[in-house]
This record gives sequence, C-alpha cells and structure tokens, in this order.
Amino acid sequence: MELNAAQRQSCFEYLLRHADDRLVLGHRLSEWCGHAPILEESLALANIALDLIGQATHLYGLAAELEGSGRTEDDLAFLRRPEEFRNLQLVEQPNGDFAMTLVRQFLFDAYDVLFLEQLQRSVHPELGGIAGKALKEAQYHLRHSQQWLLRLGDGTEESHRRTQEALDELWRFSHELCVPDELDIEMQALGIGVDLGSLAEAWQESVLPVLCAATLMVPDDPYQVVGSRSGFHTEHLGYLLAEMQSLPRSFPGAQW
Amino acid sequence: MSNTPDRWPLWEVFVQETNGAAHEHAGSVHAPDAQMALQNARDTYARRKACSLWVVPAEAITASTPEDSPMFFEPIAEKVYRHPQFYKTPRSVRL
Repeated sequence: MELNAAQRQSCFEYLLRHADDRLVLGHRLSEWCGHAPILEESLALANIALDLIGQATHLYGLAAELEGSGRTEDDLAFLRRPEEFRNLQLVEQPNGDFAMTLVRQFLFDAYDVLFLEQLQRSVHPELGGIAGKALKEAQYHLRHSQQWLLRLGDGTEESHRRTQEALDELWRFSHELCVPDELDIEMQALGIGVDLGSLAEAWQESVLPVLCAATLMVPDDPYQVVGSRSGFHTEHLGYLLAEMQSLPRSFPGAQW
Repeated sequence: MSNTPDRWPLWEVFVQETNGAAHEHAGSVHAPDAQMALQNARDTYARRKACSLWVVPAEAITASTPEDSPMFFEPIAEKVYRHPQFYKTPRSVRL
C-alpha cells in the first residue's frame, strides 16, 4: 500500500511498539527456561517465549523494511536504548514467583487475543498476515495462562495468597493496555491499526469472570501506570536490555 | 504440601500425527488434572507434528507383567500359520 513519508514513519513506530512488547515479554519468559516449577512448564514457557520472539522478529522485519534506512531487525532489537523502547511496562515487570509470571501473562494474553483479532483485518496485508498467524499462538497462550490462573487462585491457601499479591502488584499496569494515543488513532484511521479503545470492554469481559472464578479480588488501586508508549519505563527494563543486548553490543555483527 | 509436583499423577500421552493414522504412545507427563495434562502434553510432545492428542491416567492402564510373558507371548512363535505369507494374492489383485 502507498504511504507518504510521515505515514511511513508513523507505521514504523506502530510496528516497533508491538514488536517491543513481544521481544521483552518473550525474553522475560525465557528467563524461566530450566527454572520453572516442573519440567513440563519449563517447556511450555519456553514455547510461549519462542512464539513471542518469533512474532517480534516478523514485526521488526516489517518495520526495518518500512524505515528503509538499512537498519535490520537485529539492529532494532539489540541496538536501541531503553528510552527508545515502546513496550508496555506490564511486560517488563520481573518474573517474581510463578504466580507473578502467570498473572502478568494472563493480563497480556487477554489483551493480545483481542488486539490480534482486529489487527488481522489490517489493510496492510503483511501486517494482517503476521497478526493472523500470531492469533492462533495467542489463543493458546491465553488458554495456558487462564487454566493456570484458575488453579493457582482457587488452589491452596498459599497459591491463592501469592496470586492475589501478584494481581495487586500488576493491576496498575493493565489500565493502559486498551487506552489509545495519537498514534493509535492515526493508524486506526488509515485502517492499518486497531481501534484500541474498543477493546477495553471486551478485555474486562474476558478477564473479570476468570478472576472471579479463580476467587481473586479485583484490586482497588487508584494508581494507574501510563506513558509506556511514549517511552516511560520502570527501572527493570534497563537491566533486562543490558543482559539481552550484551552479546551483540560486545561483538558487533557477530555471526553464528 | 498435598499437591506438590512430585505427587501429581502421571498421564500417558498418545499423539496422532496425521488424520486417519493411529494415536501412538509418545511418552508421559505429570499434571494435576486432565486439562492440564492435555496442555502439558501439547507443550511436550506436539511441538513438531500432530493433529490430535489423547491423555490417559497412567493408573488406568492395566499392563501385562513379565510373569505373564511365557503364557501370553511364547506360544506365538510356533504359530507361523497366523502370519499372512500363506495367503496367496489373487492374480487379479495387483499390489
């Protein structure tokens, strides 16, 4: 499709923010590899991590193509600074215990399924294609995190306590999932992006019954995090990127 | 401590690779219940090629024992007529 220079730049930034979500969350999940409570779950989390990193690769590739400045998908992933990342602050939160990881995942997955359902109808054929493929993965991710949440929340006294604590800690990061900014509105108007605001109600309808069935209380937290998409982050992102980017930065252009 | 992973029941996993093929035993997983067993089976044994999965509680399987072997299986060796090579393929059937 034909875009003018300003629109190309907008589209580039739109792709980056969603690629960043997936790269950062995928990296977080990969930290569980070999450390999960059981072997089966170690594989499950690694599978999900690989799905997300695969999606990020496609989105960065498309972004690099749009930018047309010679930067590759690897450059976009590994050679940008924390303040240049546009991922949601939710996904950069540390793994904590297993409950924290699963609550973070559930809140994101519920959003991601709705987001990709709309994005697959993007007028940008390649972006729509990536979203359609990612949607099937996201649907399984949601099923996985939802089933766990039900069992952790409505499990033992300890699992319930830990899951409620995780929800109390992470709930404030969930508000901005479905709040559009100027770029979202511009991309939606072009038919490329998603009507983010329209997802808010569906997200609640997806999340609240599960929390209720899991005997969890929706936190009454007046503080809601904003600004992720403008480059605001918690202190955790810098450490994550330092580790993730150390190899490409130490050995520029390394091949293996 | 009533439900720690080492006390979770064992489930046997059967994977069907293509439509119409038999479900073949792939291995086993631990899981607290059937739905989680199915998910664990998917993540452990259906990473490459599969179109259907069964999980069966391992304790639901009754297996023959080594003591059964002499009477169960040894007589088989002498009954060559049970093999199909004695069947003559009719001339009109082309293989």
